[in-house]
Amino acid sequence: MKFPPSFILPFTIGLLFIVSFLIVIVGVWISQLSKIDKSRIIHNIFTRKTLLAVHETFMESLLHRKIFKKNPVLGYMHMSLAFGWFLLIVVGHIEAYQHYQTLSIPIYKTIFMRYFATHQSITLGGKMLAASMDLLLLFVLSGVLLAYYKRFNSRAFGMKKTTQLKTGDRIALAALWFIFPLRFLAESVSAGIHHNGSIISQPTGNFLASFLPVQIFEMPLWWGYSCALGLFFFALPVSRYMHIPVEVVMIFLRNYGIKVQKRIDGFSRIQIYSCSRCGICLDSCQMTHAAIKDTQSVYMLKHLRNRKITDEKLFNCLLCGRCQTDCPVGLELNSLRITQRIESTRDYNSSYEYLRNGKIAISPQTQVIYFAGCMTHLTPAIIKSMKGLFEEAKVQYWFMDEEKTACCGRPLMQIGQYEAAQKLIDNNRERILASGAKKLVVSCPICYKVFKEDYAIPGIVVQHHSEYLLELMANGRLPVNKMNTRVVYHDPCELGRGSGIYHQPRLLLDEYAEVISIKNEKEEAFCCGGSLANTKIQMAERNQIREKAMDEYVRYKPDVLATACPLCKKTFAKSRQLPVHDISEIIYMAIQETKPSKLREEQQLKNTVKI
Amino acid sequence: MKHIVVIGGGIAGIEVACELTDAGHWVTIIEKESNIGGKLNNWSYLFPDFTPAEKIRESLQEKCEQKDFSILRETKIQSLERKNGKFEIQTSVNQQLNADAIVLATGYELFDAQRKEEYGYKIYDHVITSADLEKLLLPDGNLTTVTGEHPKRIAFVHCVGSRDEKSGNHYCSKVCCVTGVKQAIELKKRLPDVEIFCFYMDLRMYGKHFEELYRDAQEKYDIQFIRGRLSEASEKIDKSLLIKAEDTLSGRPLKMNVDLLVLLIGMEVGKGTAEAASACLLQCEDSGFLKTVDSFLKSNQSNSDGIFLAGSCTAPMSINDTILHARSAASEVNKWLKLMN
Repeated sequence: MKFPPSFILPFTIGLLFIVSFLIVIVGVWISQLSKIDKSRIIHNIFTRKTLLAVHETFMESLLHRKIFKKNPVLGYMHMSLAFGWFLLIVVGHIEAYQHYQTLSIPIYKTIFMRYFATHQSITLGGKMLAASMDLLLLFVLSGVLLAYYKRFNSRAFGMKKTTQLKTGDRIALAALWFIFPLRFLAESVSAGIHHNGSIISQPTGNFLASFLPVQIFEMPLWWGYSCALGLFFFALPVSRYMHIPVEVVMIFLRNYGIKVQKRIDGFSRIQIYSCSRCGICLDSCQMTHAAIKDTQSVYMLKHLRNRKITDEKLFNCLLCGRCQTDCPVGLELNSLRITQRIESTRDYNSSYEYLRNGKIAISPQTQVIYFAGCMTHLTPAIIKSMKGLFEEAKVQYWFMDEEKTACCGRPLMQIGQYEAAQKLIDNNRERILASGAKKLVVSCPICYKVFKEDYAIPGIVVQHHSEYLLELMANGRLPVNKMNTRVVYHDPCELGRGSGIYHQPRLLLDEYAEVISIKNEKEEAFCCGGSLANTKIQMAERNQIREKAMDEYVRYKPDVLATACPLCKKTFAKSRQLPVHDISEIIYMAIQETKPSKLREEQQLKNTVKI
Repeated sequence: MKHIVVIGGGIAGIEVACELTDAGHWVTIIEKESNIGGKLNNWSYLFPDFTPAEKIRESLQEKCEQKDFSILRETKIQSLERKNGKFEIQTSVNQQLNADAIVLATGYELFDAQRKEEYGYKIYDHVITSADLEKLLLPDGNLTTVTGEHPKRIAFVHCVGSRDEKSGNHYCSKVCCVTGVKQAIELKKRLPDVEIFCFYMDLRMYGKHFEELYRDAQEKYDIQFIRGRLSEASEKIDKSLLIKAEDTLSGRPLKMNVDLLVLLIGMEVGKGTAEAASACLLQCEDSGFLKTVDSFLKSNQSNSDGIFLAGSCTAPMSINDTILHARSAASEVNKWLKLMN
């Protein structure tokens, strides 16, 4: 038996290593999934969901559609590398089957085909396949060139920042940079010797052969190519390129309905490894406005992967979710951070035992509950407007937290204290259910999200006051009065990205004022900087984040900055560049304007300080 | 004869002008309001001895009439240029003034209590500021609530807009502690049955007779001092207020119902000073108050030669300290003008 040449060894050993490594590690991760998640895989694997996952893998892992949307040049770079390489492998195999006329070919013979197949194909199909292989390699090389250029000039790609590399990344990156140029040179040189090249490699080979002793270069180049491949496979587990195989697994599992849990399990590890460290999240992160540059999601995931996360980095995040909107891999970045926060705060779990020991206050019977929230108690103008609007619409309601109520639980959840939050939730839920209410109206988006997602209160509709007031208005229970006030609406993180409420506040505001549409709105909206989720940030840094957002709003020259969150209101009000009002205040003011002037005067007289 | 322009016709401005006129200079005051006297016009009685503010106002007025200096009212400084060692000033009414030296006495502004929305100023009927209360303390001031009755329980909140990172002012406004004590005593004198609670962080009784006043407040007038900041206030249906705070000495949260809430608002540098400073290219501290060359021997000198600073445009200051600071500014101006000759 004839032994193959020794240069195939680095590649073959590398391939064996990486395939067995991946089988083991993905096996371990899947074994760590909860029973429910495992049954999700079994139930869904032979359904349409698998096809959807294949489609998504093709669109995202190969074509990189989301990066394309964000930035076409960056998208092309990723696509040429991923899709180009993928096609090189597929077409390479077809070419090999066609050439050797058999399906049982050792893999090295397809990968290094130009070395082994020393004569040119004579069939038209063979010629066309060879030509397409040359063109595909050119396609990949164009991506490699862009990658070289991006490393040194990331701004040209519309990215202000690019991620810092670790040793493993550097080795894998260097290997990746060398793989395709070496392949091209090796194939060209072989073509120069054996005349087995195609439309690009043959002329290049002929050219090289015209002035170089190509025989001497052939073996070293094929060795180099094989080594680069082998090195890449060996460096893969310690580099960010692990995302290439793991992302595919993640896409399938996600399509089967698996999500990040409240504990670190196999799926959270899979998500962590699926981060390609593209750095797109660095550009969307407002923490950079306060010169905080090492706590962003990409770094959090890197530290989680290496199990070197510090509280300083973990808790220095506003959880605004802008990075999640922009993440081309669609990672659950907020959930991953909260999951780690749960792990990191296990030791100091607050007990809240007094809630369990104390008597639960009796709830009055009501149809509508109003829950202002602690933040709204710091912005009494909102409460005053809501009271006025309830009165205007003649709604009988129970103001649940007028004097004393436990917190909704969400701020505790944001810092990872789920167990403690659950005690508050249980207490409040009991009171809500005892009232027999059908509707719970909430003024604070932070409370809104937790009532909606984590309170099991069947039969009770939870509404943010912007939804509720819109409903009242649509039912004719609130008069309409369009003022000519120009308003920029700031989407609160927890209401917008957090709960998907973008349209109701705008529809409502539009009836009472002139809403200006702006660049950074809805999914792309800024965070005010006041978020309770960040326990590490300094006040001065919060101010910088707020001012940067405010500067943007001021450019549209609105009369008022409107928002639907007491915390956003309080944060922006500190800026003093624009008057800031909650949506309920604006509507209340507009309705007051419609009142006959005598009544209004009386109202105003009542409101002036007499003492 | 040298010409000195004084920007600001409050206590400091008038005092500087009088001193410099006495020294034989020609002085012009630029005042943005139609009245002189500045913030003194806000107050009825002055700590620590309840001197009627009217008395001080009258003597200032008298001085202004006796001395031979001019006052340009409803005028602001637009720009300032240096030409051949002299200053050329453009005013908002298109006047041009030439001066040998400048004194900035632009003073402070009161903190806008609406910025602490959680206390409900201008949202609730019975939340007022110390400046509002001062007017009610005059003999004809009406001390009844909207229900037509006298308040039975009153709370004072110290440090509103001072020593407060959230409102952006890290510094102490100095005078609000003793103002609170003074006003509490005055209320108690007017309404002997009223209960008064003062919520404070520290009580800084730094001046002459201040500590004694504080002791009287506790011993003679039975005013309660609770160490702790107010977290929020809410209005009840009868327009009384429910306040939440923490008593940090007993370590307990507390809730209390009051009929009137008085916010002891602090001092801020204000727009007037900021505008004048930018016209004169003067440097400011982080707090916004104007920078002096040092805090000891050159506390009247600005970073710009020939431009001097007097009074509370440099830091929060009581009326007595302002008068002293203004006099020292006048003496510095004098010395400097002699040197220039």
